[in-house]
Amino acid sequence: MTGETRQPGWLQGLAMLLAVAATVVLMMAPAPQGDPQLLAVLALIGALALGALDLRLRSPWVLALMGALIALGASGMLADLRAPVAPSFWAMFLAVWLGAWMLEERLANLALRSEIGRRIMALIVPLIFGLTLLWLWEAGVRGGNVPPVILPAPTDIAARMAGSGTTLWRDFHATFVMGALTGYAMGCGAAVLVALAVDRYDFLRRGLLPVGNFAAALPIVGTAPIMVMWFGFGWQSKAAVVVAMVFFPMLVNTVQGLLASEAIQRDLMRTYSASHRQSLLKLRLPAAMPFIFNGLKICSTLALIGAIVAEFFGSPTHGMGFRISSGVGRLQLDMVWATIVIAAISGSSFYGILAALEKRVTFWHPSQRGR
Amino acid sequence: MRGALVPVLTVVAVIIAIWYAAVIPVNSQWVLDQAGRAGVEVSTAELVRETLSQDRPRLPAPHQVGAEMWNSTFVEEWRGPQGLMNTGTLSPRSLFWHAWVTLSATLVGFGIGTGLGILLAVGIVHNRAMDLSVMPWAIASQTIPIIAIAPMIIVVLNAVGVTGLIPKAIISAYLSFFPVVVGMVTGLRSPDAMQLDLMKTYNASRPEVFAKLRWPSSMPYLFASLKVGIAAALIGAIVGELPTGAVAGLGARLLSGSYYGQTIQIWAALFAAAIVAAGMVAIVGAIQRYTLRRMGMQQ
Repeated sequence: MTGETRQPGWLQGLAMLLAVAATVVLMMAPAPQGDPQLLAVLALIGALALGALDLRLRSPWVLALMGALIALGASGMLADLRAPVAPSFWAMFLAVWLGAWMLEERLANLALRSEIGRRIMALIVPLIFGLTLLWLWEAGVRGGNVPPVILPAPTDIAARMAGSGTTLWRDFHATFVMGALTGYAMGCGAAVLVALAVDRYDFLRRGLLPVGNFAAALPIVGTAPIMVMWFGFGWQSKAAVVVAMVFFPMLVNTVQGLLASEAIQRDLMRTYSASHRQSLLKLRLPAAMPFIFNGLKICSTLALIGAIVAEFFGSPTHGMGFRISSGVGRLQLDMVWATIVIAAISGSSFYGILAALEKRVTFWHPSQRGR
Repeated sequence: MRGALVPVLTVVAVIIAIWYAAVIPVNSQWVLDQAGRAGVEVSTAELVRETLSQDRPRLPAPHQVGAEMWNSTFVEEWRGPQGLMNTGTLSPRSLFWHAWVTLSATLVGFGIGTGLGILLAVGIVHNRAMDLSVMPWAIASQTIPIIAIAPMIIVVLNAVGVTGLIPKAIISAYLSFFPVVVGMVTGLRSPDAMQLDLMKTYNASRPEVFAKLRWPSSMPYLFASLKVGIAAALIGAIVGELPTGAVAGLGARLLSGSYYGQTIQIWAALFAAAIVAAGMVAIVGAIQRYTLRRMGMQQ
């Protein structure tokens, strides 16, 4: 097993060496313009040397320095980048990508003893991966001269986000706060209430669970045109679509959650001669919380999807779905991407808030302990 | 399941009853307006009859939706001038045709997304760097409304000359990709340390451990994510038909119905989509039961 003794990332390192060599050779050939700067090339050569040094040292500090040099080379390439680029640019483009990959392999396979070190690594590695993707996007689009109506560069998107803050905020307010959140609160609230009613009658429970499971798999977002017809173009129709989308998943999860307490626990409540209300409040609702939060988390994504797609069917002249569909029509793709970034951020922070809340409420559950 | 039949039928009957009951007040405004304009009184019986048989009701009655579905499928194919009986091909006016357009894009996309998702999951399980770098993003992507990029993908691909089935399939693939990745990573990791140790004592190589232990034990997880993925893929294909004003497909039926106020057509397309979704989930479920039974993993 010779592969076990080799340093992780040696293949990427070797390929990077070839790419850097190709860069240097191509830079020797006379090109009218567009060669990457000498400083950037030197930084990459330095990173390669450190990579070779690391084969012996295996130290996180060498890797940190190597990462810094690769970053220096990468940003040096972006500075003063004009569209028709020489072949050496693409050789170096490859070199940076391979270098980042080698760094990831090495970092991921570092034998860290401390818990804190492992935690930091679990943050840094995905971060480097994301930054590498962003850099590849930026350099590829700008170096390849991709027209902005096909794919705008990340910096263009960031500039657009900074430039049209008020528009984006109005869209966010209309779609997320008015449409998604209102519908989410109404739909989930109604589902929990119905679940509490259903829970009292075994007949209803046996009837509604399969129907709810079936309905949860249906493309309910297709009700959007109907809702727009009934409730008009305003936020009410978006909230209605969201209510229809979140109701069944939430109902199914809550009903299942209310069954989650064990028979022996319910028997104990009976020996205390607890009323239905008491056993619900003190035993079964707390026991249902992991299921309820699971439903709330699933529905948080559905709510945003519902509100955005409903706007594709008709909306006033603001809203995230409207911005996306009209931006696509006018080939303003930077605006579309900016809206998508906002949607992604609001979606994951909504989910994150729910997950944090879940951690506080269901601290007793095995899945939350022992972390 | 047998004990559930009566309760389920009761619940469905109650839902249909509520639907009928809702039709009358929702549609009565239009009938009353018409009567007011004509200067006649309407009795309650007439009101009920009128509300249940409008051409463009605000809420069509269940039997109207059923009749529309029947007419735009079997009747259209049987008697229509462009139907299956007269031309030998599916009529472009029938729901069968529209459902097939959407379904084919869904299936192609679902196949691509599932395949790539399994490949990435295999990579994540076997490579620590991929695990650390890709997995957090795959999980985070579950929390964002990916469908928002659908219109952009369609229009951009249109601009570079790719039209028809492929753009929709790409959206479907994208939507079914992440559930499969997350589910399969969990599944491929589900063998416990003792089983992995046993494979080591057999001197099994990595491919052998994969083929004989990891892959078989990931099957329940695979099917669970396939069910999520196929539902997501269908939604992707339907939404993918919206931005270009597509002429064929269930999404196009929804869109044209909402442009021209053809509510019955919208509801029929909606139910067709529901039937397609339920059918696909049922097929995946049947394959799941068959596979797991053959593998000796009774649920």
